[in-house]
Amino acid sequence: MSDLDPVVRLRDVSHRYKKTLAADGVTLDIAAARMVGLIGPDGTGKSTLLGLISGARKIQDGTVEVLGGDMADAAHRRRACPRIAYMPQGLGGNLYPTLSVFENIDFFGRLFGQGRAERKAHIGELLASTDLAPFRNRLAGELSGGMKQKLGLCCALIHDPDLLILDEPTTGVDPLSRRQFWDLIDRIRERRTGMSVIVATAYMEEAERFDWLVAMNAGRVLATGSAREMETRSGRSTLEAAFIEMLPEAQRSGHRELTIPPRRPNAEIAIEARGLTRRFGGFTAVDHVSLTIERGEIFGFLGSNGCGKSTTMKMLTGLLPATEGQAFLFGKPVTGGDIGIRRRVGYMSQSFSLYGELTVRQNLVLHARLFHVPVAETDARVEEMVERFGLRPVLDELPEALPLGIRQRLSLAVAVIHKPQMLILDEPTSGVDPIARDTFWELMVDLSRDDGVTIFISTHFMNEAARCDRISMMHAGRILTTGSPAALVEASGRGTLEAAFIAQLESAQASQEGAHASRNARPAAPPARETKPTQSKSKHPSAFSLQRLLSYSYREALELRRDRIRLTLALGGTLLLMFIIGYGINLDVNNLAYAVLDRDQTAASQDYALNLSGSKYFVQKPEIKSYEELDRRMKSGELSLALEIPPNYGRDLLRGARPTIGLWVDGAMPQRAETVLGYAQGMHAGYLSDLAVHRLGVKAGLPFTLETRYRYNPDVASLVAMVPAVLALLLVFIPSMLTALGVVREKELGSILNLYVTPVTKLEFLLGKQLPYIAIGMVNFVAMTVMAVLVFRVPMNGSFLALTTGALLYVTCATGLGLLISTFTDSQIAAIFGTAIGTILPAVQFAGLLNPLSSLSGAGSVIGHIYPTTYFLIISRGTFSKGLGFDELYTSFLALAVAAPILTVASVLLLRKQGR
Amino acid sequence: MTHLENIFYLGIKEFRSLYRDVGMLALIAWAFSLGIYVAAHAQPEALQHAPIAIVDDDQTALSTRIADSLYAPYFKKQVVTSSGEADLGMDRGLYSFSLEIPPNFQRDVLAGRQPAMQLNVDATLVSQAFIGAGYIQNITGSEVAESVQRYRSVSTMPAELAPRILFNPNLTQAWFSAVMEIINNVTMLSIILTGAALIREREHGTIEHLLVMPLTPFEIMASKIWSMGLVVLVAAAFGLEVMARGAVGVVIAGSVPLFLVGVALTLLATTSMGIFLGTIARSMPQFGLLMILILLPLLLLSGSMTPRESMPMVVQKIMLIAPTTHFVGLAQAILYRGAGLSVVWPQFLAIFGIAVLFFLAALVRFRRSIGTMQT
Repeated sequence: MSDLDPVVRLRDVSHRYKKTLAADGVTLDIAAARMVGLIGPDGTGKSTLLGLISGARKIQDGTVEVLGGDMADAAHRRRACPRIAYMPQGLGGNLYPTLSVFENIDFFGRLFGQGRAERKAHIGELLASTDLAPFRNRLAGELSGGMKQKLGLCCALIHDPDLLILDEPTTGVDPLSRRQFWDLIDRIRERRTGMSVIVATAYMEEAERFDWLVAMNAGRVLATGSAREMETRSGRSTLEAAFIEMLPEAQRSGHRELTIPPRRPNAEIAIEARGLTRRFGGFTAVDHVSLTIERGEIFGFLGSNGCGKSTTMKMLTGLLPATEGQAFLFGKPVTGGDIGIRRRVGYMSQSFSLYGELTVRQNLVLHARLFHVPVAETDARVEEMVERFGLRPVLDELPEALPLGIRQRLSLAVAVIHKPQMLILDEPTSGVDPIARDTFWELMVDLSRDDGVTIFISTHFMNEAARCDRISMMHAGRILTTGSPAALVEASGRGTLEAAFIAQLESAQASQEGAHASRNARPAAPPARETKPTQSKSKHPSAFSLQRLLSYSYREALELRRDRIRLTLALGGTLLLMFIIGYGINLDVNNLAYAVLDRDQTAASQDYALNLSGSKYFVQKPEIKSYEELDRRMKSGELSLALEIPPNYGRDLLRGARPTIGLWVDGAMPQRAETVLGYAQGMHAGYLSDLAVHRLGVKAGLPFTLETRYRYNPDVASLVAMVPAVLALLLVFIPSMLTALGVVREKELGSILNLYVTPVTKLEFLLGKQLPYIAIGMVNFVAMTVMAVLVFRVPMNGSFLALTTGALLYVTCATGLGLLISTFTDSQIAAIFGTAIGTILPAVQFAGLLNPLSSLSGAGSVIGHIYPTTYFLIISRGTFSKGLGFDELYTSFLALAVAAPILTVASVLLLRKQGR
Repeated sequence: MTHLENIFYLGIKEFRSLYRDVGMLALIAWAFSLGIYVAAHAQPEALQHAPIAIVDDDQTALSTRIADSLYAPYFKKQVVTSSGEADLGMDRGLYSFSLEIPPNFQRDVLAGRQPAMQLNVDATLVSQAFIGAGYIQNITGSEVAESVQRYRSVSTMPAELAPRILFNPNLTQAWFSAVMEIINNVTMLSIILTGAALIREREHGTIEHLLVMPLTPFEIMASKIWSMGLVVLVAAAFGLEVMARGAVGVVIAGSVPLFLVGVALTLLATTSMGIFLGTIARSMPQFGLLMILILLPLLLLSGSMTPRESMPMVVQKIMLIAPTTHFVGLAQAILYRGAGLSVVWPQFLAIFGIAVLFFLAALVRFRRSIGTMQT
């Protein structure tokens, strides 16, 4: 393939998600070795196209050719994916938050089949060139947004791709980090001139520096060409203006250049902070921040990611208590529980935080009610908000279904529905497209200028900062400087606000780091390395690779070690449950309360009562005096059994008049009642034969005897019977749930994407995930067996080796079951319930735990015959209680050995290798 | 007044949220409808199709008669030729019982020599072992007695036993299982619904939203408790009236309204537990895992599966803190035994005390942790 051939060729590509059409017949050629930008409003299909190009999404309609082959062809995808790197939208969407920076990159290196030395060298280089080297041991989840994006880039670049796809890599990232990010990309491109880069972005200023642009709207391509060409064509001076010009009339209408009327000065102080400080442990998030904001002012907060903007805002609203210092709203000190102040403040947090399950109207009404807008006014107020924020067309829709821009409007409407005198807005426009942002600002200007509402807003957009009356620049918990945007630009002498801000940040960083001169003395380009070093094996991924499989196992084990709750359940939970079930569930029925209603009161009747009281099964309670008492005590559940000895019992017995003893059994628990009945009858028979021998001097007249031998468990002890069963139960329940969670977590958190876009196969992925949980299952098995023998004193009569082998097969089946369940479920909570239902019911009811399999009929019987627990139960009881080994139990081993691979293979077949 | 209003409106919001959560609705619907029916019939009657191997070395009219007497539905019979075969079958778990009739059994019986039959019982299935052995003893005893009576007189019993089973005369297992399933589902769902409602707020960031509004933690918590409690209460009433009484045919002896008052009290305690767990867990999956560790002991040890009095004393004592223990007690007393308030007031008092305690504990914990709940 020469550089002249397009690297990506799209023909009539359409894609829909349920009702919405995300891509609508896109035809496009993208030339190789260039930096290409996709620009356009939210929800126009930029991400969809990138997903299709990278192979992460399954093609629905049209053809997608990438790197000279059809992406619908699985074989080509396998060949092409090692040459493509894809960095999805969102901060660190494909990263593993509980893994360190180094471990994250290392994992990707392993996936692409790199050796240890190669990985080490490569990672060192990447970390150095992205300034991440000092943070190599920090967990990815603890990085700031900008650092996460750099780490994502490192992970994407580890295998030297020919095509780099970046989906909004700088959204929500501060200007300095953003600039560093693009410098880094430029340096990489200098070194690897053949690499093609495709970027989607919402920042028009960034798009200006790309070689070639694709402007999109509503799933269609509006125009292509360089930024310069687009500007010339539309006759506008900026790309942003040019883009708005290209939009269809309907979308454009209502959009006008935003002008901000001057503010009438107002001496009243709305917000005041004095030495506000907040520490989290040893880390100071906000360091002596002081500011005053006048009533009606629009005050902006600019700062790098994680510099303490949000924390400061939360302290002002009273959400977070300040460690030091004091905040005042309208002259009143802010305290956590001050309900009165809250009514005067509207707050909008960084992420959308309305009720997605409530419609737009319901959200508005709810908030009006909770802020105690008088009931009579509620309707009018909701109406007013709907009108002002243009929400009428979406009134009865769920916010989840709405575009980001409209959702932000709704958030603002909710924040002002109670007519607050102050608004605190934390990055309200992150990820919102230019037109929607302008509409949003119009509303804010209205509020400020017409209603005199004080607005405190944080943002990463420079043009928004420029619209504020005054701004503060913040870094590392401190305010660097405050003033009107124009004054700040002038003071810095840099010409633009962005340059002024970056200069401030850089000098702050320099003074802060002092000795860390390395940052400024950064080499222009990383140490030279031959441009295509890893052509050898990684370019042609094999169909099965143990290294890729093990890299998943290794990573899973690392993650598990760092998740305390999962680990507790995995290890401690099993033992706890075994303890509880072993001691708590007792199938022996004993200590049964009984009482006697003795209406005879002779030696003979007392003799009968005594016969029962000597039994270990029964506990005697005070005598019953009357039928009413018998009735009452049986009703309360105090007595399980009541005996009524009739009047003249002793006399009738001697006379041979065959007196009848009344026996009242509480039938509320049928199983217990059956047992009580059995005991009582046995005891009665024993009493009679004693009577015959001792009193009447005759030999009992039974024609035969039945010698009953209780085998395997001579004392019929519940514990001995239960423990092998509990082992079977817990070994299916917990390993399967953990495995299912392990897979579904990836789906829910987005890292499943790595399965879609790296050479790892479905089998490697699933087996790799399964292995650590098999190991955990075996650890549990050993711990439980030790507990059974040492704590519960259950004798181990048979072959331990056979039991262990059985356990290994069984745990493999159980984890396989977890994998299978994970293919059906998309959320972790569903996985928990799915496994609970899919394991507890069949294992307890159908596997022969309490009743033998033959007692079952219909579906229960079928499930019982194919469910692995049935067979392990036989092995576990066989080895523990019956003293058996392989020879006697081989059929059960065989059953498990067949089931284990079937479960895994079924999961492989059901798992998707591409997203929808 | 504003307290009550806020609690009311927030509760309405909970209903709306639940209404959109199809998965959760499906879970509730299943738990209190088909789930009850399935659970009622899942557990077989005490002895049903118990597999028994018979080794008949006598091969006479009497031994055949004995073998024939062990019929379905109680037993599932298999005649085998040698005791070795029977033993192997028992080892493999194919048979739970094996009965060996020795050679010359009939002759010896008639001669009054009291020959012995041997019954082997697989005692790893404890409850079936006892009950089954008792059945076999009774059945074979009466069969032999009956056939022998024709040949010689047998001494009659000097005293008789007249057993009467109260409250569930036929000992129908489904009666028990259906009601206990309702009780278990009340516990499970009330914990899940409130806990999940809290976690959902946290995961969606809406808790932060609530906290900047003029609302107190008490109001937020109370709204979840009344709304989710009401959902479970209504579902339980449906489960009892329509499913247990209607579909399964349980005869309810006592007052259903009294029982529902007991359910309501229990719900106050269990929903508080849900809130408490929700403050500990940081995400839905963590909540799910924690819940399993709490829920299983509650279900297994409160007396709805096996009789409480058979548990070790320590367990019995500890489980007195669990609301479900008292709940199971009062449910059995009211529903099966027809007990009134005069009989079950101690349980009501205990549940009420526990509920207040749990509520306060959850409130304290909720207030304390609410500050750290924002992401």
